[in-house]
Amino acid sequence: MSVTAPTAAPVVALVGNPNCGKTALFNALTGSRQKVANYPGVTVEKKVGPLTTPAGRTVRIVDLPGTYSLRARSPDEEVTRDIVLGRTQSDVIPDLIVCVADASNLRLALRLVLELKQVGRPVMLSLNMMDIARKRGIEIDTEKLGRELGLPVVSSVAVRRGGTDALLAEIDRRLAAAEHATGTLWTTPDATALRRAQKEADRILASVVKGQGTPDSLTTRVDAVLLHPVAGLIVLLAILFVMFQAVFAWAEPGMDAIEAGFHFLGDLVAGLPLPDLLKSFLKDGLIGGVGSVIVFLPQIVILFFFILILEDLGYMARAAFLMDRIMGGAGLHGRAFIPLLSSFACAIPGIMSTRVIDDRRDRLTTILVAPLMTCSARIPVYTLIIGAFIPDREVWGFVGLQGLVMFGLYTVGIASALAVSFVVKRLIWRGKPGEPFMLELPDYKIPQAKSIAIGLWTRAAIFLKRAGTTILSMMILIWVLASFPQPPEGATEPAINYSLAARIGTAIQPLTEPLGFNWQINVALIPGMAAREVAVGSLGTIYAISGGEEATDKIAAALSSQWSLATALAFLAWYVFAPQCASTLAVIRRETGGWRWLWVTFFYMLALAYVAAFLTYRIAAAFGGG
Amino acid sequence: MSSEPTIALGVAPVGFRGRIQAIAAGRVAAGMPAPELERRLIELGFVEGADVEILHQGLFGGDPIAVRVAHTTIGLRRREAMAILVSVGAEP
Repeated sequence: MSVTAPTAAPVVALVGNPNCGKTALFNALTGSRQKVANYPGVTVEKKVGPLTTPAGRTVRIVDLPGTYSLRARSPDEEVTRDIVLGRTQSDVIPDLIVCVADASNLRLALRLVLELKQVGRPVMLSLNMMDIARKRGIEIDTEKLGRELGLPVVSSVAVRRGGTDALLAEIDRRLAAAEHATGTLWTTPDATALRRAQKEADRILASVVKGQGTPDSLTTRVDAVLLHPVAGLIVLLAILFVMFQAVFAWAEPGMDAIEAGFHFLGDLVAGLPLPDLLKSFLKDGLIGGVGSVIVFLPQIVILFFFILILEDLGYMARAAFLMDRIMGGAGLHGRAFIPLLSSFACAIPGIMSTRVIDDRRDRLTTILVAPLMTCSARIPVYTLIIGAFIPDREVWGFVGLQGLVMFGLYTVGIASALAVSFVVKRLIWRGKPGEPFMLELPDYKIPQAKSIAIGLWTRAAIFLKRAGTTILSMMILIWVLASFPQPPEGATEPAINYSLAARIGTAIQPLTEPLGFNWQINVALIPGMAAREVAVGSLGTIYAISGGEEATDKIAAALSSQWSLATALAFLAWYVFAPQCASTLAVIRRETGGWRWLWVTFFYMLALAYVAAFLTYRIAAAFGGG
Repeated sequence: MSSEPTIALGVAPVGFRGRIQAIAAGRVAAGMPAPELERRLIELGFVEGADVEILHQGLFGGDPIAVRVAHTTIGLRRREAMAILVSVGAEP
């Protein structure tokens, strides 16, 4: 085995309880060089990053999903167990296990260390967040702890420069010793073994910790409000409301700049001495189409900014706590709150994070309703239609009407998700009790700018990659459909009326006519299956070609002159429900292990979309919006 | 070893402090077998001898509850907390 090839570099695996600061430590060790991929066969995120130790050794650091025990109960924890035990088919077999523990919350971590000692691989313990522990009056005798546990113990402060020096030196020392894995003594513990281990952990803890410390006073004070039965819920609603207003207000300068940039590019191409058809392809197809999607990057970044901050603060677990009873009434598990909130960004990570729910029925219900949460791909569509049809003015003196309509659309998504899960619980599961809600409420932590930045960069990169691949190819397809065949000589109507797009759009007209949709909408719906936001670019391309208008920035003007208000509202209603995302459906198939739930999701959402759009159109038309 | 009267943590009010005397998962109709519930409670630190305090509760039916066990805070429903038998009045 070659030692120079990066894949043969020794693997150091970080294992620890949820919220122990493991990911912050991973970020501190690997910085932006980390790679996020999936483990073979599963969709659990595999985070690996290179690191050069002080001794010049190249090491691969792996951040494993957090767990309280190797007794895996969910797919996430199975990955941790299998890698720790070396049972995996992936190339990640740890040469050294670093158990990361929150020094101010050591009790459960020590039990995990005792379990890790049994797997027969080199293990060490890193006491993270030592600074916080000290501030709270917790003094840990690390040498004695090392003797008691029979393994090296170092302390680390992930967020401070030089805070990982001791850890790195110890990693070097352990790897230089080149210990070999021995046979594992680990077997799935039963309650008696767990109890014995926890009591042993408690005994060790009592002998090495001087000064029991006080509970984090800031957390106690903040929780007095944030977990208050009434005030807590009000604050939660307020946070969500601010979040959605911010998505609109803060994103505007960035969006204007991106729009201007693409406009400039389009003009540049228009001035080039090229054949008209090629010019149209570059300007309307590529630049206009892709530009009209990328313009939403600022909104997506802002949404993820909020989600990442709330997660790092430790608020997400509180939100789940506050929502458990309310969601339970709708047949959802409190833990479903985090996947559902992630689904506001994108249903795909949302559905993937349902892995934290180990009960199969609870998990399936959550997967079924996750696509109803308003994902960021709907934002472009909503923004476009709201911008074109809803006047930009303030109501009650301080709330933007456009933001309010947006909030309303989100609310409809949430309400329908609750309603659907209620029905599923009654009809399909017939009210069987679900799994218990048990969740650690970690102490609040100040989010670190670096980890937020890395998180935002990862999400933005995923969006831009999508824009460069899926969305770009759909844009080319739409341009081709909208441009060919070319109009005959002496044609009087706009060129697009002779195209394939017009024929397809007209062919399905009878189906969508009751919804107030015209053929242009029909054409935009089809590529929207690949990615919802493509509908915006498609409409841009279709109207740019038919009207000869400037692409991206004039779509709204074109729509408001050509659609009735009722059509616009019906289109919004359609988008709240429609299963317009092939990737989401693919993830559902993969996560549920079959086609059945994919089709269930597809058809129930399609039916809801049709009914909702139909009712919206008829009602709006009856009130004079037609 | 203790002859103090015990109650289930699931019926205790906010502000209650006590010490865990036993985990009796068999007395709870949870959505999982009793041995599994017992193991999960232990994994979150609910073992005999640990001090607990109820810090918060939800708006509807006082459910779920936030329990401090040793220095960790755990959110759980009252139904599962019925499996945790506690004696009243731990030394502060």
